[in-house]
Amino acid sequence: MAALTREESAALIAEVLEVYPEKAKKDRAKHLMVNDTTLESSKKCITSNRKSLPGVMTMRGCAYAGSKGVVWGPIKDIISISHGPIGCGQYARAGRRNYYVGTTGADAFCEMNFTSDFQERDIVFGGDKKLAKLIEEIEILFPLNKGISVQSECPIGLIGDDIEAVSKKAAAQIGKPVVPVRCEGFRGVSQSLGHHIANDSVRDWILSNRDGQAFETTPYDVAILGDYNIGGDAWASRILLEEMGLRVVAQWSGDGTLAEMENTPNVKLNLLHCYRSMNYISRHMEEKYGIPWMEYNFFGPTKIKESLRKIASFFDDKIKAGAEAVIEKYTPMMDEVIAKYKPRLEGKKVMLYVGGLRPRHVVGAYEDLGMEVVGTGYEFAHNDDYDRTIKEMGDATLIYDDVTGYEFEEFVKACKPDLIGSGIKEKYVFHKMGIPFRQLHSWDYSGPYHGCDGFAIFAKDMDLTLNNPCWNMMKAPWDKAAVAAEQKAA
Amino acid sequence: MANIMIRQNAAGGLVFYLPKRDLEAAIESIEFDTAEKWGGVLMLENGGSYYVDPIAKPARLPISVRARRLGAAED
Ligand code: SF4
Repeated sequence: MAALTREESAALIAEVLEVYPEKAKKDRAKHLMVNDTTLESSKKCITSNRKSLPGVMTMRGCAYAGSKGVVWGPIKDIISISHGPIGCGQYARAGRRNYYVGTTGADAFCEMNFTSDFQERDIVFGGDKKLAKLIEEIEILFPLNKGISVQSECPIGLIGDDIEAVSKKAAAQIGKPVVPVRCEGFRGVSQSLGHHIANDSVRDWILSNRDGQAFETTPYDVAILGDYNIGGDAWASRILLEEMGLRVVAQWSGDGTLAEMENTPNVKLNLLHCYRSMNYISRHMEEKYGIPWMEYNFFGPTKIKESLRKIASFFDDKIKAGAEAVIEKYTPMMDEVIAKYKPRLEGKKVMLYVGGLRPRHVVGAYEDLGMEVVGTGYEFAHNDDYDRTIKEMGDATLIYDDVTGYEFEEFVKACKPDLIGSGIKEKYVFHKMGIPFRQLHSWDYSGPYHGCDGFAIFAKDMDLTLNNPCWNMMKAPWDKAAVAAEQKAA
Repeated sequence: MANIMIRQNAAGGLVFYLPKRDLEAAIESIEFDTAEKWGGVLMLENGGSYYVDPIAKPARLPISVRARRLGAAED
């Protein structure tokens, strides 16, 4: 049962759109839909990956955020230079909580901010010399880095610096890959293009570095793509894969290394968790190296089981048996988690608004706990993401693309969810409205949420948030007394 | 002319992918589908159509080819 019927949902959308001027209304109407599970393609119902409307609050990021923050940032032994003014890098630093093993500042660099700190002078006279010097300094101060990437911020494209030339020269000098990435923030409509640009730069500068070199393979080599190890997610996933008998050669890019990426062309199967940010490189590897890829989902027992079996279907009976053994081993543990938390969470309604994969991937995990997702949406999805979402969501639920601050608040007021899962920009708005909220981008300082171990933490976190006694204390005691007195009088 | 990629989905059907615009669509029909001659007009599920110069049937998919847009369905 959805929170609202189909007619009510449609009426709600119409009502919310009412406040916009004519043109804006027409535009926004295309981004909102009432789910219809019978549809195969979302194309007729929802428009996505379009420029946000001027004047509304959007939660999107920029191409630089998609490249530096998401794809390149978590590679631990590559130093990613935020090339341009200092702010972009400083405010994006380590915010995603991509965990890694290593000594920060010696052989791992994710949590540090390397920037060329552009000043007016650099804008006027160009920053190429500064970049060359910066790379030299990095080599002296951090000799254990395995490579460098130059992440362009907006001004680099505007003033027309030739970072490719500088990078090529520097690479020859230091004998390590130096990758120029043209991910200026103004490109594209959201961080999504940044993912694409980052994938393309990995393809052009890294992926084929070790082609033709000997590599000892096994028939069970796989790579984890699109897992950024937020709060340890990739580790929780990797355990399951290794237990079923696979060998994980590479993690892209959470806790990943340059060597792992260079060795990926040798794997037998690419496992893709975040489709949106890494399908590009998967497609390329499929064409160039003949490596098949598949999407999987490690949120919640139902999806984990489904995914493990699907992964195993690419391999021989040994792996298939391995998958069954893993499922058998973890089922009692998962059942215990469900037995403990389901009674406390059952029947609660959730609304989501997140990024790349979670608006559809976590639905199963909530359902395992007896909860229902009544609305979901993506910041920067494309239509193929919505095609995949339609089937995951219940009939007549709300789906919103690049939802504006105003629309989201109105939807919440009407649907009255018991829990909202979204980002840090929405968090305090809804806290002030008295609605339990989990920040689902970096798991609200918790995690991992992937895999079987992650599910236990996920369930606990949802319970702690939802059943926190603070939500009954939203009214001051004297206001409560006044309300009670009023009711008595009436 | 645009670079496109044609791949096979799990069900065995052909899928059209236009990297420049991240456009993915199932191919409903392909004009020539024999061993010597493969390509021609591609009709897409979203209503669009593209033309690729016929080539010998590729031994393995996916393959990247150049294509010309005939009918624009995608907005
Ligand atoms: S839009 Fe440009 S200036 Fe803003 S954070 Fe992105 S790269 Fe930096």
